Amino acid sequence: MPQIRLLRTSTFRYAVLYMAVFGLSVCGLLGFVYWSTVGVIEAQSDATIEAEITGLEERYRARGLFGLVEVIRARSTDEVSERGIYLLTDPLMNPLAGNLTRWPDEARGDPRWVDFRIQHADPPGAPQIARARTFALQGGFHLLVGRDMTERAEFRDTMFDALIWALAITAALGLGGGLLLSRNFLHRLDAINEGSQAILHGDLTQRMPVSGSGDEYDRLAQNLNEMLDQISRLMEGMRGVANDIAHDLRSPISRLRSRLEVTLMDEADPAKYRAALEKTIEEADAVLETFNALLAIALAESGALRKSFERLDLGALVGDAAELYQAAAEELGQKLDVSVAGTPAAMGDRNLLSQSIANLLDNALKHTPAGGAIRLAARTDMDGRAEIVVSDTGPGIPPEERTRVLERFARLDNSRSTRGSGLGLSQVAATARLHDADLTLEDACPGLRVLLRFPAPRPA
Amino acid sequence: MRFRARLRIYCATGVAAAGRMGCGLTRMRILIIEDDAEAAAFLAKGLKECGFAVDHAANGPDGLHLATTEPYGAMIVDRMLPGMDGLHIVELLRKEGNATPVLILSAMDGVDERVKGLRAGGDDYLTKPYAFSELHARLEALLRRGRSAPAETTLRVGDLALDLLSRSVTRAGRPIDLLPREFQILEFLMRHSGQVVTRTMLLEQVWNYHFDPKTGVIDVQISRLRQKLDKDFDKPMLQTVRGAGYCLRAPD
Repeated sequence: MPQIRLLRTSTFRYAVLYMAVFGLSVCGLLGFVYWSTVGVIEAQSDATIEAEITGLEERYRARGLFGLVEVIRARSTDEVSERGIYLLTDPLMNPLAGNLTRWPDEARGDPRWVDFRIQHADPPGAPQIARARTFALQGGFHLLVGRDMTERAEFRDTMFDALIWALAITAALGLGGGLLLSRNFLHRLDAINEGSQAILHGDLTQRMPVSGSGDEYDRLAQNLNEMLDQISRLMEGMRGVANDIAHDLRSPISRLRSRLEVTLMDEADPAKYRAALEKTIEEADAVLETFNALLAIALAESGALRKSFERLDLGALVGDAAELYQAAAEELGQKLDVSVAGTPAAMGDRNLLSQSIANLLDNALKHTPAGGAIRLAARTDMDGRAEIVVSDTGPGIPPEERTRVLERFARLDNSRSTRGSGLGLSQVAATARLHDADLTLEDACPGLRVLLRFPAPRPA
Repeated sequence: MRFRARLRIYCATGVAAAGRMGCGLTRMRILIIEDDAEAAAFLAKGLKECGFAVDHAANGPDGLHLATTEPYGAMIVDRMLPGMDGLHIVELLRKEGNATPVLILSAMDGVDERVKGLRAGGDDYLTKPYAFSELHARLEALLRRGRSAPAETTLRVGDLALDLLSRSVTRAGRPIDLLPREFQILEFLMRHSGQVVTRTMLLEQVWNYHFDPKTGVIDVQISRLRQKLDKDFDKPMLQTVRGAGYCLRAPD
């Protein structure tokens, strides 16, 4: 039932709520206009009546009852003061002059302001509404001076009609708009829901549709898509880890196992056994080293450490690492230069970054010939972004190989024989990703320059 | 047994020293709380070879009971125990005012796990799998920590003296010029003189690194330091213990 679904959308509910609020405010507004306008009209007619009364009073004083009758007759027939109502009666309430046929029942009793209805016999129609003031004159005569108030009633009717219409139009527009909006939103959301359903059913290549308008639904879809990309990257990473483990852990473990088996086949010779066991421990250590490196990469890639990031002084980090490697570099006949410019700082995980610097220095030491120079620097660039640079004068990495060496277990063919898990640069790459840092490998002419650029610090 | 022979290499330093100091005393008692029977047996065997008396509890409640009723020099507590987290045992003991040094064993790696362990009251944290030599060196360090006098301003080992205030080092009165890191390494070695200090311990204590850089770097540092210390003297003080670490001791 698509109609019912449409009515159950939150957009539609909001539209109805909005419509109700809008309707209330329309009522309020028209009510206020009515109330103040009617007030003005009443005040005006009362003022007019008072003015008439003043005129009549003057005439009455000047010329007595006779003069009053004359004026009333004249005014009752006057086209201009059509709305004026006059009636003069004798003490028995018989009309003497005026344009009312009889004294209204509502106006019997003491002189006062009174509202009443006039029923015309000719032409017969709706009763007119009138407002008047009554007086008791000398000699028991009664005088009524008033005005026709039909205008006020008409105005009220108009206002009431306007209110009804406004409410009707508000309701129609609100409901229609609500339905339209709901349908539109539902349509967009349905597309996203369908996408996620497809993903739930296993089609991980599915992505949310992006209309290209750049609206909030597009942003939602884009965010979801980025999230999905990240998830599939992680899943690929996990598949990659599984493959890597199969590749680089299975072979040393099976080698280890064969060695033990073969040793057992031989004659029991303590010296041989000892040698085999020592070799086995060595290999187990190498397997553990690889395993730990994989775990470190997985840890960096999981992003779990991001919550414990702290502000790090990169200069100190670089200095510590240099102090560890300085002696080793000198032993190898290499020169290790450290420079810290400014106060480069970044939010990060101390252990992972130290390990990355150590890995980069390990690589540099391994690949730089005796007499070569290794430079380690921490600095702040012109945009205020902190950088760590490690460069060496080794053989460098050909441009086409630079992306590949950041992958797990990548080792250049000519370095296959050298020791190392081949995970050093992958660890650096994973750590860079964790820190949103840009990792670049460049030609140091000659040699390799590795540049780790951290994001600009957030203004404190 | 070859195992025994191998252990002797590790045990040669620490317990020999302890033995010299503690003649007439009963052997130091160690409590192992570990549910993996085989791992516990290896550990117990190794520690006995090194001259310790070892008790073993295979679960948390038993371990807690032993720890509260018997006096131990140190405890080795596995984190994942049936029925009880090893950290919980340590927390309970500390709450009762028990200050026995505790070495926590765990398969859980990572700096945050280590911090958790130390916060619970552990004195050291070792990740599985570990080398026995590493565990032994750390255990010796823990036992030593309980004995050392707290406020020393000069450390002395044989004719080697390290002044913590002026940050100067002399051997037989002759000044030795050290880089700041070398000074820190030497200070740590002197505080643990006569014991094996492993590379990992040095990396943790001197650099606050909780990962293993290429092992060679520490070796080079030590050989530099050794050169400065022992260059003009017949009897070397700083020795490498093969497969385990380094040991600083007064020449006999």
